[in-house]
Amino acid sequence: MIDFARFDANNTSPMPFENKLRVFEETASSRPAQCRLYPFRADPPTTTMQRIKGFTTGSLPTFVDISNNFASNAISEDNLIHQFGQVGKRVVFMGDDTWESLFPNKFYRSLPFPSFNLKDLHTVDNGILQNLYTTMVGDEWDVLVAHFLGVDHCGHTFGPDHPAMADKLIQMDGVIRSVIERVQNDTLLVVMGDHGMTDTGDHGGESQKETDAALFLYSSAPFFPTPPSQNEPRVVPQTDLVPTLALLLGVPIPYSSVGQVLLPLFPPHGPAQDAVTGPSQLEALWINAKQVNRFLATYSVMAKGIPPETLALLKDQFENLSSEYLKFIKEGRSSSPELSVALQAYLTSVRDTCRATWAHFNPLKMVAGLIILALACLMCFTVSEMSFALVREHNFRLKAGVLVALIVGVCVAAGQLLSWGYIELAWCMAATAFTSELFFLCRSYQSKSSAVVKNGAKGPKSASWMTPHYLLSPPLLVTLLRCASLLSDSYVIAEGRVVTFLVFSLALCIPLRLNWDGLLLPASQDPLKPTLLVPSPASPPLTVKKEGSTLVAFFALLVGSLYLSLFFHSCREGQHTCQPSPFLTSLARVKDNQLKNIFYILSVFSLGVWTYLLRRCLRYYGNLNSSGGTVFTARWILPLLSVCVGLHWAVSASPQDSFRNLAELINLAQLALPRAAYCLLGLGLALIWLDPLTVFVKIRPANMTKSWSVPPPRYRASTSISPQAELHHLIPQIYQRMRRSLDDETSGGGEVDNRPAVEAYGLGTVYSAPLLLFCGLLGLGLLQLHPEGMALSFLLLLFEMGALLHIHASSTTLCDLHRVYSGGFNVPWTPVVLWSLAATQFFHATGHLASFTSIHWGAAFVGFPNGHTGTLLPASLVILNTFASHIMFAVGCPLLLFWPLVCEVRGSKGGKGSGEEGEDGVMEMRLREKPQRFSLALLQLSTRYLFIQGVQVFASVCAAAILRRHLMVWWVFAPKLMFEASGFLVSCVCLLLGVSLVLRVDVAVGHFFKRLIPDASR
Amino acid sequence: MWDHEIRAMVSTHATIALSVLVATVVPAALVPGFSVYGTHLLWIYSVSGAVAAVSVAFFWLLGISPPTRKHTLGYKLSRLIRSCLYFFLSCLFFHTVIVLYGAPLIDSALETFSLAVLLSSLTTLRCLCMLGPNLQAWIRVFSRHGAMSVWDTCLQITVALTVLGAWVGAFAIPLDWGKPWQVWPISCSLGAMLGYLSGLVAAPAWIRYHRKQLTYKCK
Repeated sequence: MIDFARFDANNTSPMPFENKLRVFEETASSRPAQCRLYPFRADPPTTTMQRIKGFTTGSLPTFVDISNNFASNAISEDNLIHQFGQVGKRVVFMGDDTWESLFPNKFYRSLPFPSFNLKDLHTVDNGILQNLYTTMVGDEWDVLVAHFLGVDHCGHTFGPDHPAMADKLIQMDGVIRSVIERVQNDTLLVVMGDHGMTDTGDHGGESQKETDAALFLYSSAPFFPTPPSQNEPRVVPQTDLVPTLALLLGVPIPYSSVGQVLLPLFPPHGPAQDAVTGPSQLEALWINAKQVNRFLATYSVMAKGIPPETLALLKDQFENLSSEYLKFIKEGRSSSPELSVALQAYLTSVRDTCRATWAHFNPLKMVAGLIILALACLMCFTVSEMSFALVREHNFRLKAGVLVALIVGVCVAAGQLLSWGYIELAWCMAATAFTSELFFLCRSYQSKSSAVVKNGAKGPKSASWMTPHYLLSPPLLVTLLRCASLLSDSYVIAEGRVVTFLVFSLALCIPLRLNWDGLLLPASQDPLKPTLLVPSPASPPLTVKKEGSTLVAFFALLVGSLYLSLFFHSCREGQHTCQPSPFLTSLARVKDNQLKNIFYILSVFSLGVWTYLLRRCLRYYGNLNSSGGTVFTARWILPLLSVCVGLHWAVSASPQDSFRNLAELINLAQLALPRAAYCLLGLGLALIWLDPLTVFVKIRPANMTKSWSVPPPRYRASTSISPQAELHHLIPQIYQRMRRSLDDETSGGGEVDNRPAVEAYGLGTVYSAPLLLFCGLLGLGLLQLHPEGMALSFLLLLFEMGALLHIHASSTTLCDLHRVYSGGFNVPWTPVVLWSLAATQFFHATGHLASFTSIHWGAAFVGFPNGHTGTLLPASLVILNTFASHIMFAVGCPLLLFWPLVCEVRGSKGGKGSGEEGEDGVMEMRLREKPQRFSLALLQLSTRYLFIQGVQVFASVCAAAILRRHLMVWWVFAPKLMFEASGFLVSCVCLLLGVSLVLRVDVAVGHFFKRLIPDASR
Repeated sequence: MWDHEIRAMVSTHATIALSVLVATVVPAALVPGFSVYGTHLLWIYSVSGAVAAVSVAFFWLLGISPPTRKHTLGYKLSRLIRSCLYFFLSCLFFHTVIVLYGAPLIDSALETFSLAVLLSSLTTLRCLCMLGPNLQAWIRVFSRHGAMSVWDTCLQITVALTVLGAWVGAFAIPLDWGKPWQVWPISCSLGAMLGYLSGLVAAPAWIRYHRKQLTYKCK
C-alpha cells in the first residue's frame, strides 16, 4: 500500500507529481488479462488510520474517530487481519506503525517504522525496501502488507508540486516494477492508495481529490477471465476490498463489512475448477449478501436508526433473492446474469441505507445540551449586566446553589442506578449544571425584583437591559448577526470575510455614534449652535479635538489592518475561485530564491517591529526603569526570543542541498534554536508571573537636580494628592507618607528617612505592563509555530489590538469629558464584541479554517524535527498553533479595562499644559482606590467576553443540531462546531490566565505598598 | 406645525420616486436588451442621472439651498465648481469604503465605482443641494441636535436608510443560491435604491408623526 497515491498520479499534463507512475498504465495495456486499474474511493474522513480501519473492517467510519488519528487504539471490531489469523494465515507487515497499534500482536512478523515525523521522507520506505524483496522470495508468509509512507510525508512537507515528490514517485514506480517481476503465479498483487491529496498536499476532508486514490490489481497468471468490459465498476469503494480479499483467500468476511465483492476477480462460470480462483461470481455474491443481511439484521435491532419500511423492503428483497438462488442451485445451473445483477443491487441498497443512517442522533440529549448551553449564556449575560446589583446583595448564597445542584446530580445518579442499573455520567452532570443555572437565575431574578422594591428610582435602571431597545443596540445586533451567520453554510465557508465585514461595520459605529451625540467635534467650535451643550471646564475644545483626531487616526489604522488581514486567508477545499495566500507556504517550499529572500526580510522586519513596539510602549509609560523580573524579561528575553525565532526561520528556510558540508550544523540549529526559544518563552512567562511589578521607586536624595528627572514628569504616576482623594484610604496615606518624608528631608530634620519617597515610575501602568508583555511574549512564541509569512499577519494583529484599545480609550475619554465621571470602570459592549470578533477574524487571518484539512500539522515539528514519542506535546503544539489568535485576544482581554486609564494622562496633558498636579496622574491607581469596583469591572468584562464566545458556540451547536441531515453537515457544520467549541475552551482557559495574572499583579501591588508603608497595613 | 414643509417634501419625494421609475422604464423602451440585471451599469447611471437632475431642479426651485451671502456670478461659479469637486471626491470616498468592506480591488473596479456613483448621487448630492459644499455643516447635520429644519431631519433619514440599504444588500453576496441579483454589485445597488425609496416615504411620514415634538433651535 502506498499512502497517498492519487488516482491522477498518472495523468498526461506534466506536473512534477503527475506522469510518474507509468507502470500501471503500461502493465494494464500490455497485459489486460493479468491486471486491472480502478479509481478507489475512500469514505471521508481521509486520514490514514480511518482508512486502514475502513479497508480492514469494511464498515463505514464514524466521524469522531478522527481524534484518534495520532493515538490510534486497537481495532476491536472484526476485521480482515483477525480473520487471517484465525485461519492460520501468516500475515507479515512492514511500514507505517499505525498498523501495529491498530492490530497489536496480530501479525506473524511485523516491521513497524515511526510514522509521525512528517519531515522524514525515507525512513519508512527504506526500511520496507530493505526487507521487502527478501521476504517476498522467502516462504514465510501468506499475506504481506507493506505500507509506504514517503509520498504522504512528501505531500505534507513539500506539497505535490515539488521535485521531491517526483523523486518519490519515481522510486515507487521502480518498487512496483520490481515487485511485479518477483510476483509468483499464485500471488495477487494489490497496489492501492489509502487516500488522495488536495492541491496543497494535505488530506482529511472529503473533496474528490482527497477521497479518490488508485487501486491496481496484478497477478502474473492470467487472473482476470474476461477482458475489461463496459459493465465493470467504474469506481471501487474502499470497503469493497474487504469481502473480495476475504473470499479470494478463503476466510470469512468480517462481520460488520458492508462492502460488495469485486466481480471481475471471480470466475464467471461454474464452481472452482482450480483452487486459486476461489468461488464463482454468483457464489461470491451470495455469500456476501448473506453476510450483509446477517449484519443488517443485528445492527437494525441494536441501533434502530434505519427506518422500518426500508428495513422491511430490504428483508423482502433478500428473501426473494435467497429463494431464487436456492431454486437456481437445485436446477444445477451455474450462472445467471439477472440474479447476479439483482444481488448486486441488493448489496448496493444495503450499503446506501447504512450510509444514510450511519450517523444516528439522540434528540433528547441534543435538546438537553442546547437548553443547558442557552441557560449558561443567559447566566453570563445576567452576571455581566447585573454585576453591581448582584454584589450589592451580600448574602447571595452561591454555596447553597452549588450544594443543591450537587445533591440533585447525586440523586439523578442514584435514580439511574436503581432504575437502569448503570450510571450515565452525562445525564448526572447535565442535571447538576441545569439545577445550578436555574438556581442562580432564580436568585438573580429575586434580587432584581427586591432591588426594585427597595428603591424605586434605581429599579428601572437595573431592569433597563431587558428592553428590546437595549438588546438591539449595534454591538448586540452584530453579535446576533454573527450567530445567525453560523446557521448558513455559505456564511460559514466565507466566515473570514463575513467577520471582517462585521468588525468593520461595528467599528464604524463608534465614531458615527460619537458624532451623533455631538462628542466627536468640539462643541464650541461650531458657531451655529453655541450653547447646546454647556461648555464645561472639563472639556476644553483642544482636548476634544485631540482625542477626536486620535480616534480617527486609530480608526484608520484599524481599517487598514482589517483590510490587509484579508490577504492572509487560506482556502477551503472545493473553493475553486479562491487562491490561498502566498504567505502561508513555509519558506522551505518556496522555490524562487529571490522571492524567498524578500519573504524572509519581510518576516524578520515585522518581527523586529513587533519587539520594538512592545518595548517602546513599555518605555513610554516608564515601566523599564526598575530591575525586577518583568523588566529583565522586557529588556533581554524579548529581544533574545525574537532573535531566536528569526534565526530559526533562516535555518529552516535554507535549501537542504546547498550547504552540504554544514548539514550537521543546520540540523543542530533546527533542533536547538526553537527549543531555546521555548525555554526563553517559558522563562519569560515565569518571571512575569513571579515578579510582575514594574515600578521603580526613586529615592530622592537631597541634592536632587533637574537632570535626575530625565524621564519627563508624565512617567510619574502618583506624585501628589488632591483634596477629594483624601477620603479614600490607602493611596492618600502613601502620598502623605511620601510628602511627610519629603518634608523631613527638606527641613533637614535629624534622621534621614531612608524610606523610598516621592516618585514611583511606572506605577500608573502597573497592571497593564506585565499583561502587555505577557501577550507580546506569547505572541512571539505562537508566531514560531506558524509559517514564516504569518509574521506580517501577527504584526497586523498587534496593530489591530492597539487600534481597538486606543479607539476604546479615546471614546471613553470623549464620553467622560462631556458627562460627569461615572465612577465605574465598566467596559461597554462595543469594544468587547469587537475584541472577540477580532479573535475570530485573526483565526482566519493566520491561515486557519474550520476544517480538518487545514490544520497546520507542521506546527508539531517546530523544534522536534525528529518526531515525538508521546502525543501530548505535539497535540498541544498543534492546538497552540490553531487557536493562536483566540489565545492572544483572550489573554489580552483585561487590557480593555486598563487602557482608558492608561491613556487618561495623555488626554489631560493636552488640556492642562503641564498637568503634573491633580487627580489625572493617577491612572491605574484609580483601580486600587476602589477595589470593589475594580473586581466588579473585571468580572463584568470577562463574563461579557465569555458570553459573546459562548453565544457563538451555542449558535454553531444549534446549526449542527438543526441541520444534522443537511448535505453539508459533515463538511461544514460539524467541523465548525468542533473548532468553535475547542476555541471556546481555549479562550476560557486563557481568559482565566489573563485575569489571574491581573489578580497576581494586584496582590504584588498590595505587598509593594505594605513594604513601602508598614503603617498602612494596620 | 411644518405642514407646508411636509407637503412640499411629499411632492418632491413623489417626483423623485417617479423619476426613478421613469429612469428604469424609459431605457427599456429605447435601448434594446435593457434590463436591470443584464445591463446593470446602464441602469445605475440612468437612475443616478435622473435622481440627480430632479433633486437639483427641485431644491433649487424650492430654494432650500443654504443662504448665500454674496450673489456675484464668480462666487456662484466657484460654488458650482467646488460642488462638482466634492461630488467626485465623495465618489472616490465611497469607492474606498466599499473596497475596504471587502469588494475586489482591481477585478471589478468599474462596477464598484458605479455603485459609488449611485451612492453619491443618492446621498452626497442631497447634502450638496441642501447644505452647499460645506463639510463642517455635513458633519454637523448628522448629530442628535444638528438638524436645524425639517429638511435636515429628512436628509438624516434618507441618507441613513440609503447607506443601510446598501449595507444590508451585501448580505446576499456570499449565499450560494446562484441568483442573477447576487452578482456584484447588483444586490448592493438595489439595496441602496430600496433604502432610498423607503427613506423618501419614511421621512415625511416620520416627521408628520413626530411634528409635535420637533423643535429646531436656530432658523
